[in-house]
Amino acid sequence: MSPLLFWLFATLMLGFGLAVVINRNPVASALSLVVCFLCLAGLFISLDAFFIGVIQVLVYAGAVMVLFLFIIMLLDLKETRPRKLNTLGAMVGAGIASAFILQLWFVLDRFSAGKRPFPAFPEGTTVRQLDDVRQVGMTLFTTHNLPFQVIGALVLVATIGVVILSRRELK
Amino acid sequence: MNTALTLNDYLLVSGLLFAIGFAGVLLRRNIIIIFMCLELMLSAANLSLVAFSRFNVGVTGLPNYNGQMLVFFIITVAAAEVAVGLAIIVALYRARQTTHVEDINSLKF
Repeated sequence: MSPLLFWLFATLMLGFGLAVVINRNPVASALSLVVCFLCLAGLFISLDAFFIGVIQVLVYAGAVMVLFLFIIMLLDLKETRPRKLNTLGAMVGAGIASAFILQLWFVLDRFSAGKRPFPAFPEGTTVRQLDDVRQVGMTLFTTHNLPFQVIGALVLVATIGVVILSRRELK
Repeated sequence: MNTALTLNDYLLVSGLLFAIGFAGVLLRRNIIIIFMCLELMLSAANLSLVAFSRFNVGVTGLPNYNGQMLVFFIITVAAAEVAVGLAIIVALYRARQTTHVEDINSLKF
């Protein structure tokens, strides 16, 4: 993938990520988050992780964000009237975030291994070997079979939990 | 800008996304926005994991798929977490008629 596309997707992703935080209207925030996740899927695909990119679009930008929008509209959240800004919270938030960025800058500056470009695939690599979904499936159902089944149980528990939580009378 | 991409580029973008999500959690007081910022932070971790997976090619010359497995599990758990978290927010809204965290400051109602 050309570096130009990477920087385009990265800039869009960070811009819309910032829009999530800045927007006053919760619906606008949620829609910015959808665009942010779509750009993130573009970055995944730039890393040859096609399967992860596709489930990022389907699960995150699709299912999860529909759930968010559904709840925002169900609760009928209006555009928040500007309240007095929590100055202490704002200062601490901005301070910690910029300290984190500064630290990241120094760490990455010294991380010489990360300054090499991504290794190219070897000459004889066939399309079948590069078949991303097949490789992911093979790894998932052999090496990581037990965690996969545990995840199934977790999703079942979450489903039951949500049904119980959203019953009308909560005792 | 036209040199080949390095691992550090992806790590920097991922770290910036994490910082945005983190600042959002501390700055915003609408509980649903806070929840969305948590999702941003999870996604930032996913991006760095996929970048490491692509960077660390094994003897076969293919990406290290263990990193992508972790991303797969994170996405699944995050989807379950969103469902449960939003159900809790709806229950909270029914009890208090607010989603503003500063209006929810007593342990017992």
